[in-house]
Amino acid sequence: MPSSVGWIWLVIALPFAGFLANGLLAFVRPHGKTTVSLVGSGVLVAAFAVSLVVMSGLAGAVDAAPFVVTYWSWMPVGDLQVDFSFQVDQLSGVMLMVVTGVGALIHVFSIGYMRDDAGYARYFAYLNLFVFFMLVLILGANFPMMFVGWEGVGLCSYLLIGFWFQDKVNADAGKKAFIMNRIGDFGFLIAMFLIFQAAGTLSFVDLFEQAPRLFTINGSTVTLITLSLFLGCTGKSAQIPLYTWLPDAMAGPTPVSALIHAATMVTAGVYLVARTNVLFAMAPWSSFVVATVGAATALFAATIALKQWDIKKILAYSTVSQLGYMFMGVGVGAYAAGIFHLVTHAFFKALLFLGSGSVIYALHRAYHHTGSHADAQDVRNMGGLRRYMPWTFGLMWVATLAIAGIPGFSGFFSKDGILAAAFARGHDHPAFYLLWAFGSLAALMTAFYMARLMLYTFHGPNRTGEDERGHLAEAPWVMTGPLVVLGVGSVLAGVINLPHVLPANGWLEHWLEPVTELSVRYLPEAHLSVGTEWGLIGVATLVAVAGIVGAVTLLKPALLAPARDAAKERGLQRVLLNKWYVDELYDAVVVRPVVWLSRTVLWRVFDKGVIDGALVNGSAWLMRGFGWVGSALQTGHLGWYVLVFVIGTVMLLRTFT
Amino acid sequence: MLLGPALSVSAILFSLGVLGVLLRRNAIVIFMSVEIMLNAVNLSFVALAEQLGREGQVIVFFVMAVAAAEAAVGLAIIIAIYRHKESVNLNNINLLSG
Amino acid sequence: MTVFNFWLFSGIAIVAAALCITRKSAVASALWLVLTLFSLAALFVMLHAHFLAAIQVMVYAGAIMVLFLFVIMLLQIGHGGPTDLPGWTGRALMVAIGAVLVVELWAVTRVIPSEAIRLPAGTLDQITQREGAVGMISTTLFRDFLVPFEITSILLLAALVGAVVLAKRRL
Repeated sequence: MPSSVGWIWLVIALPFAGFLANGLLAFVRPHGKTTVSLVGSGVLVAAFAVSLVVMSGLAGAVDAAPFVVTYWSWMPVGDLQVDFSFQVDQLSGVMLMVVTGVGALIHVFSIGYMRDDAGYARYFAYLNLFVFFMLVLILGANFPMMFVGWEGVGLCSYLLIGFWFQDKVNADAGKKAFIMNRIGDFGFLIAMFLIFQAAGTLSFVDLFEQAPRLFTINGSTVTLITLSLFLGCTGKSAQIPLYTWLPDAMAGPTPVSALIHAATMVTAGVYLVARTNVLFAMAPWSSFVVATVGAATALFAATIALKQWDIKKILAYSTVSQLGYMFMGVGVGAYAAGIFHLVTHAFFKALLFLGSGSVIYALHRAYHHTGSHADAQDVRNMGGLRRYMPWTFGLMWVATLAIAGIPGFSGFFSKDGILAAAFARGHDHPAFYLLWAFGSLAALMTAFYMARLMLYTFHGPNRTGEDERGHLAEAPWVMTGPLVVLGVGSVLAGVINLPHVLPANGWLEHWLEPVTELSVRYLPEAHLSVGTEWGLIGVATLVAVAGIVGAVTLLKPALLAPARDAAKERGLQRVLLNKWYVDELYDAVVVRPVVWLSRTVLWRVFDKGVIDGALVNGSAWLMRGFGWVGSALQTGHLGWYVLVFVIGTVMLLRTFT
Repeated sequence: MLLGPALSVSAILFSLGVLGVLLRRNAIVIFMSVEIMLNAVNLSFVALAEQLGREGQVIVFFVMAVAAAEAAVGLAIIIAIYRHKESVNLNNINLLSG
Repeated sequence: MTVFNFWLFSGIAIVAAALCITRKSAVASALWLVLTLFSLAALFVMLHAHFLAAIQVMVYAGAIMVLFLFVIMLLQIGHGGPTDLPGWTGRALMVAIGAVLVVELWAVTRVIPSEAIRLPAGTLDQITQREGAVGMISTTLFRDFLVPFEITSILLLAALVGAVVLAKRRL
């Protein structure tokens, strides 16, 4: 193992140290913002630097990865042996760079964004803790380690979504996220139990090596395991049916939305599928389910994003949709393509979120000056901001072009990779053509709603208000600087995995081969001819351009009214605005029955009646009864005492006779 | 040879002593019934000593010593109670009720 | 002859005990008890426990019963008062218990010590001839049972002190 890989512990220890330091500062010196800024962001930047060292060691390694570094034996229980160990290989290396790199940028952005907040130290403490858990998740060498990270990021997500918990809406959003995640975690746990039962080990290296011998292809065991794992993914990565927490999670601070709900935590599900690619490749039905759910989610969420007015909600549904793409990628067996989209998405989605954060920041300051209470996140209150925030305007257009899939930008290459892989599988099973069609339709909508967002926010006349207009300004450089870096990434990241028709292609795919080669033999050969591939590229380009042009021509920003004057929506527009009423459906079908069950049956009958009444009060009543009997025996009459004594002796004598 | 009958007599005397304790209310008479019981046991010991060894008789010696001590203290208690209650009837000594 | 003596004195003892527990007058009960003790002393003699018989008369009948009579006289409760026997139901219950007790005890007395631990007949006679009546008790008492002997003397001391304290009019 190269010596630089041995430094991996430092990458994880740094954010944890940051959490402890910031947590302490939150209690001891809540007003010392400079120290917190330096510590909070500094540990991330340092972690990124160390990650670079580790990656260079990994890249130049002579021995083959994966390198598993074991620190101690965590759970030796009977046949189960779980160690506290980290696995550094090509896949976790890629994730490591994304998490620490994008994480560092977002930490720096937060210095500016959260400057005026009273809970500054607490924010950075939670953020550092989140990065720590995310790193444990991606570096864990076995399922329990990964689960520790899995749960930990869920916890931090709850803490950060409900950061401004004094507002009940925010606290509810945090609860919703955590509870829905737990439903998914149930699937993860079931999968772990099944894996242990089948394989006797939970370590990745051992399991994947034994998998070909243990499981039959398309057998019930491996299908059940992978479907359970996918249930966990739908919770963590916000796919149908467990996605409704993510739009609500926008109640948290915007950098949190950027880091957790765009770049890192929600991608944990994709990482999980890519990590266990052997199992998913051996269970084609599960993979098909994954791909279908991904494609359906991509399309479904895109339809909702078409009609949202809150800038962050648009981006939230966009995230759900793009995650659907990633799952479509790993579902059709193109694990490298899915991870590729994960990487590019981290760049341009973080950029979009942070950019919207700058916009919201500017509007907040403007409203603060005039004392207005209008919604700073509603695009109907924005408009024409390109004149006031040129840098943000330009960078967000870069991200929009990337996400829409305009050729040359990173998003184009990653999205094309996934759609091409889906189309290629269609040769054997025509159902995959349908998935490709879903994906392309979703791409059209993506381009449309993103262009819509840009039009309403930055173009056209300004609707913020006469008094506020004078106060609109660009965000400080501590916030715009990271945007620039992310913008560069959104453009250039595409080169790491160019399509096969271009030279210098497939670099990421090649890099990830040691991880994905285990599954190759189970996947059908899916190659596209050069002509087909160029054709698909052409269709993708057409779709993207059509979406943007369509938005520009069909939507009239000038006709838009500020939020308080807006007319009510009707018809299909109202359905889309209300998210196809899915939340209401869940409320009626799941939440209400459970609440009723808890209140009426579990609380009134079981808790008050059985436990309080029969067991607690009942046992006390019984003891009182015994005491009464005992007390009745104490008559005070000596003769009575002697009589009882003699009776006792007589009975005792019986044993001797 | 006399063991069986002696033990039977001892049993009968012991039961008479128990009956005395149960039936009578006068504290002094109850005491005397206890003495009857002790003597019945002494008889058993002596009867068995003939068969099993003279330690039985030594035990009787001790029993008598203890019975003497017990009688002394018990009667002193009865005197003390009589001073308070003016009666030795067990029905009147009922302060232990609970 | 011995058997006749045995049954004679046993009979006297039992009858005297029965009368003792049923008299109204406490003095009468005490005197019947003295008779019981004397009969038992006779039985002791028949069972080769000569020294114990003497002690029984001297200590039990002589000292303890005198103490009883002293207390009865002191408290002046010797005359016959209203009977303090319980009613018929009480008496029936008690007699029933007594009967059960007798039966159980009689069952216990059926036990015959096994050959292994039984001494040969006439052992006690030999001991009496060798060491004397007193020697039967004393040699064992002062050799094997010395510690219990000493403890008993302390016990008697405690009883002495206790009796004096308890019976004082004013501490």
